Amino acid sequence: MDETVAEFIKRTILKIPMTEMMTILKAWDFLPENQLQTVNFRQRKESLVQDLVLLCESKRASLRDAALLDIICEDVDLFDMERFKSSFEKILRRALKNVTVSFRDAEENAVWIRIAWGTQYRKPNQYKPVYVVYYSQTPYAFTSFCHLKSNTPLLSQALTVASNHHKIVKMDLRSRYLDSLKAIVFKQYNQKFETHNSTMPLQETLELDMHMDSRIIHENRIEKERVQRVTQETFGDYPQPRLEFAQYKLETKFKSDFHGGILAERKEPLRCLIKFSSPHLLEALKSLAPAGIADAPLSPLLTCIPNKGMNYFKIRDK
Amino acid sequence: MSVLRPLDKQPGLNTATILLVGTEDALLQQLADSMLKEDCASELRVHLARSLPLPSSVDRPRIDLIVFVVNLHSKYSLRNVEESLHYVDATFFLGKAAFLATGAGRESHCSVHRNTIMKLAHTYRSPLFFCDLEIEGFRATMAQRLVRMLQICAGHVPGVSALNLLSLLRSSETLAPEDL
Repeated sequence: MDETVAEFIKRTILKIPMTEMMTILKAWDFLPENQLQTVNFRQRKESLVQDLVLLCESKRASLRDAALLDIICEDVDLFDMERFKSSFEKILRRALKNVTVSFRDAEENAVWIRIAWGTQYRKPNQYKPVYVVYYSQTPYAFTSFCHLKSNTPLLSQALTVASNHHKIVKMDLRSRYLDSLKAIVFKQYNQKFETHNSTMPLQETLELDMHMDSRIIHENRIEKERVQRVTQETFGDYPQPRLEFAQYKLETKFKSDFHGGILAERKEPLRCLIKFSSPHLLEALKSLAPAGIADAPLSPLLTCIPNKGMNYFKIRDK
Repeated sequence: MSVLRPLDKQPGLNTATILLVGTEDALLQQLADSMLKEDCASELRVHLARSLPLPSSVDRPRIDLIVFVVNLHSKYSLRNVEESLHYVDATFFLGKAAFLATGAGRESHCSVHRNTIMKLAHTYRSPLFFCDLEIEGFRATMAQRLVRMLQICAGHVPGVSALNLLSLLRSSETLAPEDL
């Protein structure tokens, strides 16, 4: 059996919670009943998985069989919302006696969690809760700003373990608008409208001209059209997701043509911070070139924000 | 022939053409609209350009007045005007060119100092107007002034030439920037 197939099977089985293990293996029907009975299902999961993979190897499982197992896993609703909630709360309570945790089920496999933090000796502060929205079918969770940074590792751990993941990564993406964050992260923002006719943009421009006074002549019409085209290619026709900030932290060593000088000898890198703020940052960036405030195309550092799902950047010398 | 010259074409009958040069298209468009709303005996034409030199076109009428629009909030707009000035013949600066600075009202947003634009206008011996084009009232007044000025520059006002007007405007200036 191919090593990659073995690895794939191993990882797929690892994802199955122990409570569902038997059901899924039976549904898969690849390992016969009598062989399954020889396996010790009470041992640690890692060892169990190893045994199962060995069995699959001996039966020469193919990629097709592995794919079938994967489909079966998806089909069975593995994610048990109640189990997540109880696990999450348990983890928090084990670490911190004074904490209030509340849940509310929302649309599309999403759960809203409200956490009020206390300390060992103080009751939870109900006026400064943290909200978390977890989408169970995705590896994403959204949290509100947490005043007590010291609780963040605990929150991360609770989320990771309760949701059956291995680790949690904080994305450099922040905004006040949950819908916009969702749109960026689930890549739902670029709903392009169908255009059957490729000359449609040109038609739009012509219409504009007709509304204007014929006594006004735009000398740089061709350039304007180019700018419109480039802007449309970069940002698309659709409304942009809503962000308020973009922040760039730059760390670089001073470079100079002149040898010597105080700055040239400085060992520490120079740091600077540039912050863009706007009620609707991406729409503002989109309108920069057409308004004549910047050249088109814009710097990729600005235009990559929805694609990369980041609006906080750290730029260092390579 | 990329340099603009004031008298290289025949004038159109009763036509007066103004060229507005500036990076911020929306402001230029609004100013043009305001100008065209004015009652005017002459036939007005407004050409909007982002920068000079202009794309070559045979069909352009003679340009009677050039107004360089600088947004004091943007160094980019100043630099654009400074570079465009190289494509204007010196004879335009005998009353047929002017500078318009917008955005002075919001001082905290200004990245171009007033003295910078004043010095530029002084270097080119041309009048400088400060007007916040975003404010409709100010824009309408400015449009009125520009229309009157345009008519004079096109020679439609008997007895007054562009050069006359320039010397009239200059004598009413207070002090040169160096004296400030």
